[in-house]
Amino acid sequence: MSVGIYIHVPFCAKKCPYCDFYSCGYSRRIAEDYADGIIRDIENFPDKPTADTIYFGGGTPSLIQSELIGKILQSIYKKFPINSPEITLEVNPCTVDKNKLLLYKQMGVNRLSIGAQSTNDDELKLLGRIHDSETTRKTILTAADAGFDNISCDLMLGIPGQTVESLENSIYKLSDLPVRHISSYILKIEKDTPFENEKIIKQMPDDDFVSDMYLHAVKILNNLSFEQYEISNFAQKGYDSRHNLKYWRCNEYVGFGPAAHSFYNGQRYCYPSDLSSFIKYPLEKIITDSSPADENERIMLGLRLSEGIDLKDFPDKKNYILSKAVAFEKAGLMISTADKLRLTPEGFLLSNSIIAEIIA
Amino acid sequence: MANDNIRNFCIIAHIDHGKSTLADRILEKTYTVAERDMEEQLLDNMDIERERGITIKARAVRLNYKAQDGNEYIFNLIDTPGHVDFNYEVSRSLAACEGAILIVDASQGIEAQTLANTYLAIEHDLEVVPVINKIDLPSADPERVCEEIENVIGIPAMDAPKISAKAGINIEEVLEKIVTDIPAPPVDTQKPLKALIFDSYYDAYKGVIIYVRIKEGMVKTGDTIKLMATGSEFTVVEAGYMDADSHINMGVLSAGEVGYISASIKSIGDTQVGDTVTNAENPCDKALPGYRKVNPMVYSGIYPADGAKYEDLREALEKLQLNDASLSFEPETSIALGFGFRCGFLGLLHMEIIQERLEREYNLDLITTAPSVIFKVTLTNGETLFIDNPTNFPDPGTIAEAQEPMVKAEILSPSDFVGNIMELCQERRGVFKDMKYLDETRVALHYQLPLNEIVYDFFDALKSRTKGYASFDYEMTGYSPSKLVKLDILLNGDIVDALSFIVHADSAYARGRKMVEKLKINIPRQLFEVPIQAAIGGKIIARETVKALRKDVLAKCYGGDITRKKKLLEKQKEGKKRMRQLGTVNVPQEAFMSVLKLDE
Repeated sequence: MSVGIYIHVPFCAKKCPYCDFYSCGYSRRIAEDYADGIIRDIENFPDKPTADTIYFGGGTPSLIQSELIGKILQSIYKKFPINSPEITLEVNPCTVDKNKLLLYKQMGVNRLSIGAQSTNDDELKLLGRIHDSETTRKTILTAADAGFDNISCDLMLGIPGQTVESLENSIYKLSDLPVRHISSYILKIEKDTPFENEKIIKQMPDDDFVSDMYLHAVKILNNLSFEQYEISNFAQKGYDSRHNLKYWRCNEYVGFGPAAHSFYNGQRYCYPSDLSSFIKYPLEKIITDSSPADENERIMLGLRLSEGIDLKDFPDKKNYILSKAVAFEKAGLMISTADKLRLTPEGFLLSNSIIAEIIA
Repeated sequence: MANDNIRNFCIIAHIDHGKSTLADRILEKTYTVAERDMEEQLLDNMDIERERGITIKARAVRLNYKAQDGNEYIFNLIDTPGHVDFNYEVSRSLAACEGAILIVDASQGIEAQTLANTYLAIEHDLEVVPVINKIDLPSADPERVCEEIENVIGIPAMDAPKISAKAGINIEEVLEKIVTDIPAPPVDTQKPLKALIFDSYYDAYKGVIIYVRIKEGMVKTGDTIKLMATGSEFTVVEAGYMDADSHINMGVLSAGEVGYISASIKSIGDTQVGDTVTNAENPCDKALPGYRKVNPMVYSGIYPADGAKYEDLREALEKLQLNDASLSFEPETSIALGFGFRCGFLGLLHMEIIQERLEREYNLDLITTAPSVIFKVTLTNGETLFIDNPTNFPDPGTIAEAQEPMVKAEILSPSDFVGNIMELCQERRGVFKDMKYLDETRVALHYQLPLNEIVYDFFDALKSRTKGYASFDYEMTGYSPSKLVKLDILLNGDIVDALSFIVHADSAYARGRKMVEKLKINIPRQLFEVPIQAAIGGKIIARETVKALRKDVLAKCYGGDITRKKKLLEKQKEGKKRMRQLGTVNVPQEAFMSVLKLDE
């Protein structure tokens, strides 16, 4: 089985007030040092597994000099055998132009994930985004023009002030553009972010409203032939994110860069979230999990997917799970067929509670 | 030393009138405690006592005092609790004394427990020595308070020492009063040993230590003593007195003295507070009258939050019972809460303190059920039952008559609040008896009230409606017929036995409504809808619904970082552990506790 390769690019032009992913301020110099560090660790990597997905996530990968992306890709191609790869790069509108996009295309990038979030400018402003909806539209069109067929957009749910209408509007506007895939996350207030303040917390929509929005989004995305394949991910046929599927199917992936996570060779580990030490020193693994990919983990991750889990994979737990499933099915949260078990969209919303029950 | 130089006394007062502070000053002035070792409220050695500023357990200590007449005196000071719940402990202490110092606050004057404690002291034939405390406060009016003592209690108070225990003013006057006004104990060392056990506690090395007042005869090391109630015999290992912080073994105790005996008594069951100790070879003919056995008035179920801690809870209760004879408990089982104990308390404060001590000193996490009084139920077949647990309340069809315990309540308050107090008492089904003016501005109100109406939060309600000025005391007067019903709470259609309670039919609807509302707030939304119902005999009188949970906090698994998701799951499981699973419903501890305070 081929592995996925993840590169964490920890730079942002402006930190979004709701985001708690690791990122730092950008300068050309630091970005160069950073890229050297990535290449160093790729070259030092002890094995040479075949890779079939590469993912540049962030941060804002499109912020750094495009030649650095090219250099990193070159070192990956040099180190790992590559097999019909899906190569994704996260892009924020305002950070790319036609030229840059053409360069990405030439380097081999074949999938773009665009941080659109919303097409309502008031909502974008509240989220502290630096782009407006018109920029998003242009970026997508330019990308398509540059030859990108596989374009994904992020869509935020549960933004303070967001209405059913504005959500529908965002979905329709994005689906009218050449977009193949939509990731739709529910806004959550993370600890120690600027959004963790009373004013924002007061404006947050309540759980019932957000649940209704989510279910509504699932429905209209489906109608627009964006099929739900994971709690937060929707795609036209054949456009599922192959890289992200590796996470949920407990396949192997190797991460490089500060705060990047890996699951490789029976180990889950990550880099420390510290750019300057990353630049100075090669990888110091932090083991994050004592029992990686055990049954509970596979159930937990598998039930994020619309395909669900195969109970044949869990012979010891099967009867217990089925006994619990009865009530969930009755409540419309779960569907079981023969040996398959999957959550409905209503069930996805409650996946923590349900999973906690069945792996108890 | 001749025993006419002994003075055995206690200090009685309304709560907060300065009893423990005066005790501290007396210890200082008699050099029992060096000033540098002085901590506030030295006799109160339980954390809870110091924090709440109250005395829970009676303690005894011996002091030496050189009086102005040039003689040396031995003082045995027996500290007593002031609160109404602890009258039992008070009366135990009183039986060991000849006199009582009555402290009255110079600005507040006589309060309900001042009266209650004074009457107890007079009942025990004690010489009452009034002392006016807190004269250094700007609002102090010692002359008025002296008058009040003479008018209301009827004892002379014009030459009462006027002191400030806190500031150490006029403490010597009190010490002199003890010498001159409190009689020496009667002394007859020739008679057979007759000693009253007024307290006991368990020492891990020495076994049960008993605190005694020797009434007649003497006891010394090596004697074989007999505890008259149980007939068990022991050989005395130590006999002596209590210092402020240690036991001084003198090898002998004689008539008139207060001290301790250690005799390798292994089981607390052998010693009963109030029992008489005598000499096995030369016994006295008749035991002392002992104590009026005080029966618990309030019962509540106590359960370990973690079922596995049941044995720990039992051990803790057994240990607490060693030095709190008024605590009673027996095992009970609840469908909702599993194995626990039905505990009997003297009152609500007593209950709170026991719970707090269990949690604090024994590190237990508890769930307690609503306090219940003992109802008396006569069945149609003539049988009479006493019900201390609502779960056992019989089917209404089989009840010929139900009765509930009544109390005579005495409320002292500034007259401005009479209207508020009357309103409160009426809400609680009180029957007005009479009202007396203590002086121009203060009144004493008497009400007959059902005990069931005051066990919840009467005292809190009284305080809040009188700006904290009213004081309150009560005594049981017996049973009265009452229209009682059992109110059940159903979660998802199943009765939760631990939430059932007995209530007067007229307040059942309102109480049921409040219960379901309170539970709705305290039971978190779950995967399925949870109906909460209140029912009387199968008839639903109130309903609320906890709507089904719609959504969890969902973690992204971005960049392959699944640790966030795992953390959320762990949290979920952790949260579930703190809940009681009743059928399919998870009920947090707080939900059980929330229904104890319905008036908030």
